[in-house]
Amino acid sequence: MANPVSGALRHSGSFFAYCLDALRATPRRPFQVREMIQQAWFVSSVSILPTALVAIPFGAVIALQLGTLTSQLGAQSYTGAASVLAVVREAGPIVTALLIAGAGGSAICADLGARKIREELDAMEVLGIDPIQRLVVPRVVACMIVAVLLNGLVNVVGVSGGYFFNVVMQGGTPGAYLASFQALGQIQDLVIGEIKALVFGMMAALVASYKGMTAKGGPKGVGDAVNQSVVISFMLLFALNFVITSIYFQIVPQKGT
Amino acid sequence: MGVEVQIEGLTKSFGRQNIWADVSFTLPAGEISVLLGPSGTGKSVFLKTLVGLLKPEQGHIMIQGRDLTRLSERELYEVRKLFGVLFQDGALFGSMDLYDNVAFPLREHTRKSESEVRRIVMEKLDLVGLAGDEHKLPGQISGGMRKRAGLARALVLEPEIILFDEPDSGLDPVRTTLLNHLIVDLNQQTGATFLIVTHDINTARTVPDNIGLIYRRHLAMFGPREMLLSSQEPVVRQFLNAQRQGPIGMAEEKDASELEAEAASGQELPPLPPIPLQMQPLNGEPRPAERPPGEWCRRNGVVPPPGSFAPAGGFTTPADWPRLQDGTVHGGADPRADTVVLERDRAARDWRHDG
Repeated sequence: MANPVSGALRHSGSFFAYCLDALRATPRRPFQVREMIQQAWFVSSVSILPTALVAIPFGAVIALQLGTLTSQLGAQSYTGAASVLAVVREAGPIVTALLIAGAGGSAICADLGARKIREELDAMEVLGIDPIQRLVVPRVVACMIVAVLLNGLVNVVGVSGGYFFNVVMQGGTPGAYLASFQALGQIQDLVIGEIKALVFGMMAALVASYKGMTAKGGPKGVGDAVNQSVVISFMLLFALNFVITSIYFQIVPQKGT
Repeated sequence: MGVEVQIEGLTKSFGRQNIWADVSFTLPAGEISVLLGPSGTGKSVFLKTLVGLLKPEQGHIMIQGRDLTRLSERELYEVRKLFGVLFQDGALFGSMDLYDNVAFPLREHTRKSESEVRRIVMEKLDLVGLAGDEHKLPGQISGGMRKRAGLARALVLEPEIILFDEPDSGLDPVRTTLLNHLIVDLNQQTGATFLIVTHDINTARTVPDNIGLIYRRHLAMFGPREMLLSSQEPVVRQFLNAQRQGPIGMAEEKDASELEAEAASGQELPPLPPIPLQMQPLNGEPRPAERPPGEWCRRNGVVPPPGSFAPAGGFTTPADWPRLQDGTVHGGADPRADTVVLERDRAARDWRHDG
């Protein structure tokens, strides 16, 4: 019973089954539009400001790092190209996902966990309503939408931050920074960034709601569930990010190669 | 009206820990049954298994020819519409006020207009005495009110089977009695099948038609109320009469040596207390499954404890008072006592039928 290996396997198995349940419940009528809008509003309201505040220094740090590196190599004109690529491809989706998982996911997990231990979810099932369809699906869809939109925000804020720091702080050439945007980057980079954000948002919401709905052991159990949900979704996000990036490089030809 | 539930050989474990095994009994349609058991014997687990929230390892739960343990998730949601469940703390949705809580099942499952929903919700809230509180949130009201609101929500879809998880925990004696009366009244008005899980013996002695007792991971006994209340079986006797002497100890069961010591000490078991009359619906109509008091005992040749079925406490009517004083009705083992009650009941019924 207490074997950690079989325990971990059982948990991954039941999480996978749970994801399939959620997938199956998604097209089922009636779709909870109201709940989804409320959740999307809630998730974005807790994550917009922190995301913007994280994106500015993130873009700045990338610009600063690249600025020094490119000037050492004598390739200052490519600073803009490299920093846009870094922000759009990697930093944007990751920042978005961390904030969605950390701010939105923990709130979803705590909410569902509290409902679980108050037997609200049991009551809902007994009233003939599937909590996965009624509560989880709207939350997952809401997180996906918000993640895609937030990713756009991060891209804009991050690139502007990079521009500001490169041009104002490091004395870079504004024209060169802007003109090099398309030297390395291409439209597929933006698309893959949004796809990543979509997948990460889904993953964060699924992990959070799974952990919330399986919380047990009173208020302490809810605390533990929130803690685990944040840790697990962070780990999954980075693993998924690696997988998606590798696939992307295999199927999309890169500029300049 | 009312649906029979047959439970056959039900077994449930969590991991290696067996909760109870081979539980078989039938909840008769339209009757009130009580399931008793010491704390921690898996009574709530049993209730959750009965509505399909937990899957048993073995056994069947038959409702209207369907086996609840074999149904697919979707069929299960259909069958669950037959059930109304009152959870221990009411299990209200914390984000909605009482009105929305009670209206929730109606809005989800029916296409009733909002004015019709309003009529039904107000009727149910009125029934449980919460009219006027409909815009309070669950967090703003007391535990007893949450329970009553949970009951209103459980009733709103007019279920055929109503399950209560400890309706009397955390309520004061007056509220418990009022809630019990509400249960008896509801049973009479709706004809639904009731199962109450509790460890309050006062409820168990007066409310149900049938009593079951879970003990030591199995069903010790299930049967008509009078059968268990007059039973000499040690566990049943100890539990239903809240006695110290018997196989149930503080920690778990008493072990054999303790029991022997208890037997050797020669302590007399206290006599069985009299069997009280069943609680009657407040409108004076008979209960749907009503049988004359003492009938089971007479038919099975069991002598009820002295003083049983005496019209006592709240069960006398002003018509009995002079007879109580002149001794026609009194609290002894006098067979005339229950005859008088029967005569009174019959007279009352005839009178109603004439009117």
